Amino acid sequence: MKLYCLSGHPTLPCNVLKFKSTTIMLDCGLDMTSTLNFLPLPLVQSPRLSNLPGWSLKDGNAFLDKELKECSGHVFVDSVPEFCLPETELIDLSTVDVILISNYHCMMALPYITEHTGFTGTVYATEPTVQIGRLLMEELVNFIERVPKAQSASLWKNKDTQRLLPSPLKDAVEVSTWRRCYTMQEVNSALSKIQLVGYSQKIELFGAVQVTPLSSGYALGSSNWIIQSHYEKVSYVSGSSLLTTHPQPMDQASLKNSDVLILTGLTQIPTANPDGMVGEFCSNLALTVRNGGNVLVPCYPSGVIYDLLECLYQYIDSAGLSSIPFYFISPVANSSLEFSQIFAEWLCHNKQTKVYLPEPPFPHAELIQTNKLKHYPSIHGDFSNDFRQPCVVFTGHPSLRFGDVVHFMELWGKSSLNTVIFTEPDFSYLEALAPYQPLAMKCIYCPIDTRLNFIQVSKLLKEVQPLHVVCPEQYTQPPPAQSHRVDLMIDCQPPAMSYRRAEVLALPFRRRYEKIEIMPELADSLVPMEIKPGISLATVSAVLHTKDNKHVLQPPPRPAQPTGGKKRKRPSDDIPDCKVLKPLLSGSIPVEQFVQTLEKHGFSDIKVEDTAKGHIVLLQEAETLIQIEEDSTHIICDNDEVLRVRLRDLVLKFLQKF
Amino acid sequence: MDPECSRLLPALCAVLVDPRQPVADDTCLEKLLDWFKTVTEAGPSLLLLQENPCLVELLFRVLKAHDPHPRVLSFSLRLAGLFAAQEDCFQYLQQGELLPMLFGEAGPLGGAAWTAPTVRSGWLQGLRSLAQHPSALLFLADCGAVDTIFSLQGDSSLFVASAAGQLLVHILALAMQSPAEGHPSPQGCDWPACAQKIVCHVEDSLHSTATPQVTQALNVLTTTFGHCHGPWTQGLWVRLSPLVACLLEKDPIPASHSLMDLLLSVARSPVGSSDCGLWETLAQTLSHLSPIQAGPLALGILKLQDCPQALKTQAFGVLLQPLACVLKAAAQSPGPPGFPEGATGDSMTVDTFLSSKSACVGLLCQALAHLELLQLLPQRPSPWPQAPLLRAAVAILRFCNGSAAPTSDVGGHLCAVLAGCVRVQRAALDFLGTLSQGTGPQELVTQVFAVLLEYLTSPDSSPTVQVLKKAFQATLRWLLGSPKAPSCCDLDPHTQLFLRELLPVLRKRLCSPCWEARDSGLEFLTQVTRHWGEVPELTRQLLRDPESYVRASAVTATGQLSSWGLYTTPTSPEHPEVQQESLFTELLHILSTDSEGFPRRAVMQVFTQWLKDGHADVAEDLEQFVARVLQVASRDLDWEVRAQGLELALVFLEQLLGHPGSRCPYAVALPEAAAPATLAQVLQALCRVQLFEFALRALFDCDRPVAQKSCDLLLFLRAKATPCGGPQEAGASPDVVSVEAALQRWQAGEQGQPLGELEPEAVMAVLRSMDLEGLRGTLAKSSDHIEKSPQSLLQDLLASVGVLGENEADCY
Repeated sequence: MKLYCLSGHPTLPCNVLKFKSTTIMLDCGLDMTSTLNFLPLPLVQSPRLSNLPGWSLKDGNAFLDKELKECSGHVFVDSVPEFCLPETELIDLSTVDVILISNYHCMMALPYITEHTGFTGTVYATEPTVQIGRLLMEELVNFIERVPKAQSASLWKNKDTQRLLPSPLKDAVEVSTWRRCYTMQEVNSALSKIQLVGYSQKIELFGAVQVTPLSSGYALGSSNWIIQSHYEKVSYVSGSSLLTTHPQPMDQASLKNSDVLILTGLTQIPTANPDGMVGEFCSNLALTVRNGGNVLVPCYPSGVIYDLLECLYQYIDSAGLSSIPFYFISPVANSSLEFSQIFAEWLCHNKQTKVYLPEPPFPHAELIQTNKLKHYPSIHGDFSNDFRQPCVVFTGHPSLRFGDVVHFMELWGKSSLNTVIFTEPDFSYLEALAPYQPLAMKCIYCPIDTRLNFIQVSKLLKEVQPLHVVCPEQYTQPPPAQSHRVDLMIDCQPPAMSYRRAEVLALPFRRRYEKIEIMPELADSLVPMEIKPGISLATVSAVLHTKDNKHVLQPPPRPAQPTGGKKRKRPSDDIPDCKVLKPLLSGSIPVEQFVQTLEKHGFSDIKVEDTAKGHIVLLQEAETLIQIEEDSTHIICDNDEVLRVRLRDLVLKFLQKF
Repeated sequence: MDPECSRLLPALCAVLVDPRQPVADDTCLEKLLDWFKTVTEAGPSLLLLQENPCLVELLFRVLKAHDPHPRVLSFSLRLAGLFAAQEDCFQYLQQGELLPMLFGEAGPLGGAAWTAPTVRSGWLQGLRSLAQHPSALLFLADCGAVDTIFSLQGDSSLFVASAAGQLLVHILALAMQSPAEGHPSPQGCDWPACAQKIVCHVEDSLHSTATPQVTQALNVLTTTFGHCHGPWTQGLWVRLSPLVACLLEKDPIPASHSLMDLLLSVARSPVGSSDCGLWETLAQTLSHLSPIQAGPLALGILKLQDCPQALKTQAFGVLLQPLACVLKAAAQSPGPPGFPEGATGDSMTVDTFLSSKSACVGLLCQALAHLELLQLLPQRPSPWPQAPLLRAAVAILRFCNGSAAPTSDVGGHLCAVLAGCVRVQRAALDFLGTLSQGTGPQELVTQVFAVLLEYLTSPDSSPTVQVLKKAFQATLRWLLGSPKAPSCCDLDPHTQLFLRELLPVLRKRLCSPCWEARDSGLEFLTQVTRHWGEVPELTRQLLRDPESYVRASAVTATGQLSSWGLYTTPTSPEHPEVQQESLFTELLHILSTDSEGFPRRAVMQVFTQWLKDGHADVAEDLEQFVARVLQVASRDLDWEVRAQGLELALVFLEQLLGHPGSRCPYAVALPEAAAPATLAQVLQALCRVQLFEFALRALFDCDRPVAQKSCDLLLFLRAKATPCGGPQEAGASPDVVSVEAALQRWQAGEQGQPLGELEPEAVMAVLRSMDLEGLRGTLAKSSDHIEKSPQSLLQDLLASVGVLGENEADCY
């Protein structure tokens, strides 16, 4: 059993598991942090961005000044943003049989895999994952395609050139494999390969293994996966949450008794408690708005935003913010708000019960109805007519490199009255803000990451007790910035195995058993003999028939009747030679009784020695040894066959035959 | 007893024994007992029983009742005990064999009612009241009650068990004090039988291997030494201390808590002061116990009034151990933590820290709570290691919020264990708050404020489990305890810096969606403002600051506070009835005497604002106020003060005329009100406050802005007065002549002479005769208008030409 690790990002995993005869890809996350190296794509012509000076080398060589621009001491690539794909060279991706998706954030690289690698398999995911994943992809494609950029920079990627660049460009990894965003056509084609599944549904893969999605509690339709054969069980835990937010709670019990537990997608901000962060979010929002400033919340169109809107729904009246407009701007804003209301079966119990009242499960419906929350596909069109300040704007993309957020950063960045509040943990907020410096606007970082923290992980591991834990290397040591926080790492016994990008891991367990079925007529012919209470044995002679990873014992064909129909036998019709087998022995030899028996049969001067594995009975007179061990008995005598046979018979008296 | 009560008593007794009328509320019975207690204390019980035979009858009937209510039974037992407390009454009841029936084998003891804890408790309390005299001792011995009490020590009801223990102590003390027995020797061989029996029982229990029995015996002894101080207690300790010593040698020590209590109780009693062996035992015990067990004992030792200094030092060391450990673990570089010797973070404490999270947390919380208690005691160890304790508290709080970066292994472990631990956070914040009573080196105080700010700011400081609240409380205590520089009343710079950073935090917390956070924030704010009632006093003192800018600001601040009603005139402590000078007088004093302009200008601004706002002090006597201010302002050397005086005069004028200048142009206009009579009154008032003299003097002020303002004011006044004033021809009156003459002299620069009393008519006549518009035109020209005029330009040109000519002549 091997694990091929194609992504180094712990929360955007992409691993391939070879288990029995199947090749299973676990998630295909897309690392979008690479876009932080690019200049933002402004929706409205920005003189500031277009007039940035080109960057030249220390020696004054300016051959890169078309590609690289300098802004407040940072250098950015002036080109269409590109993404860092999972490793494609480590394993032939056309051999992947299935892809299991755990949540909508972990499928963003899907079109790259399904459309460009010769992949012919099936993708499994839950319905909300697919629908919201589609929204995320649609938004991404839309954000990038609506700001066409002629230039595609490539000179800087030259290895010799890259070495000369300032950080972080210098340290960017695998830049040659970075790719531009996919098209909507590719998205549609990729999504068409998905087969929808429900929680706890068992899916057979080639008869060899069975995969099952379990609720993971992190997002709508998010799942962990169980991959099991008859005797082995691998659990894949990716992006799980034990907090009570909108999705169905996490199913922990089904993860018990795993041989291997692959653990990814823990919280990215282990020191920030989501409750405290939500409080920060609300307080800072209220403070800004009361002082007449605007609040910008860069976010994804789905996920935490539902919880934030719910908090605000409860908070705005008490904080006196009822008259402040809330805007949600995204090409998929409408669909996201609507979709959230229709996936009732995937929601937590509280929200499910609302549906039967009937009420919309999320209170943002009421915010929309009362005109407190308005949503628009983009800043163009209706929004510009309704726009009123001070206000609160939720919009993407959280990287601040594309999407409507770029416009608001340019618009509001100059006033210290305004605040940008970062709630998504995926991007470093300082790096995200770098191309907007100098910035007068206040910045508040309150990342809300509901995924498991290390305390919860240690409780989970105690509860489900896997034999082995496999996780990204980042989880096996404290965070680099807080090296003394030994509580911020996975602590389990035996220690977790860690992986990093482009590594192949041999998983530490061997398959020892395989299930074989016996045909009824063959079973009928068996004559079991009870050798211990509850344990019976029988010998069986049969033909082992293997097909589609299923093994069946069939009765051996009867000896062929000498009919004249067939003159020549095909080799496959050969009847296996059924030799007359020696009987099998079982039981153990009680040494004291054995010695007494020997004495009764005239042997004297018997000595017994204890050895590590059993006993040695020494017949000193006859110069003979009888070695009795757990699974073997040896009679060693000097060419005295008669004596040996006598002794053998005495030994056999103590054993059962069948 | 009150005859009326006597009359009611038989009916009450009948009700009590009537099973058909159960007493629903046993607090009535308690009140009844209280009343009987006062009655029996006030007079002879015997008489009471004889006069009210229903009471004895009640006791009999309760006993005879088939199934008495447990509450009534318990009540009867306690009542009988109360009566029997007096020996004659005891004898009286004995005659009727009532007491054995109540308290002996034949009584409720062993009956069905005994299963009710209230009955057992009543039985014990009855005996407790009864056991007051030697006859009672005999009775107890006869009816075998002591054995029953022994068994009740292990009762399932804690109240009963505790009462049994206390009763034993009481009986023991009674037996030993009984005059019939004389003065028993301390050795115990001639002790009364009853006492012997109890002591033997205690001895047996101490020998027992069952911990509950040992605990019972220890509790009895603890109470004995706590309450009885007779010489016999000395003998008792001599007899039992070897047994106690045996217990201490066992491993683990059985009933260690009770044992510690006993040792401390003995140490506090007179026995302790005479027994040197006790101090040794305590010292040994301290060193044998695990850190968590030793804590309470150490605290108890430190609370003792007189105990050897060495033992105190050892005990203090025990309490400091955990904190010393923390300091050692947190230290970036090895160095002495600064604690006294004996507290060096020994290996036992370290082991406890490392053994488990709960042990570590428990030990730290206990140490912090003990030290907090100790800090408040007068007999706390001296010198008190304030600085290292502060450092330790800060270190613990940093471990808890994950901001510590220790290098040692123990430090790393503590960090992992304590990160986010709410219990320790609360204990440490409480402790830190208590430490605010002492001082500390400045850099430590800065650290304290820094860590408090971290806690107040951090979203992880949970508002729901009181971490935030305690952080606010500790902050408050540090702010209030913040040392003030002796020479000035201002807050020290660190506190000021802290306050500056605290404000945004507080603002944010008051906006929190979590009600606990808003509530804690408000509580803090209330406390701060309550304690800072001294702020007005502070600002008042700053009115005399040596720096003129500060005085000016103080003037503005006090004026503002006074407008909001936050400034009350202090009364002098010696003569509360005599008010000290009002703020107005004080500010007026500044206006007339301050050598710098800024404070005087500030005073004028405050006065103008007061006048606009209708400040209470001003409204009291408006004319007096304006008159005094103008009088002082007119003599001021600073033109800005004089200009401000005119501003004030204008406000006054507008108020008198009922035409506020800033009136809304769209407001519905009131009918023009100023009737001639009213106008005359206005002019009278203006004369009374000598506004005219002030304004006219200003008209010829050497500073142009003042003259301009005055001109505007007089023009405004003239415009208002003319339509109503009528063309009274006063031109020739002597008043007008003298005014005009004075004005001419003023214009010429001789301003010494006052105008004296003026009649409104004369003033108006003068105003009308003056060319105010012309004057305004002149004043509007800037001082360099002559230099800028074309005439000047031409002259300049001509002059320069002349110079050129001269130069030419020079050349040849």
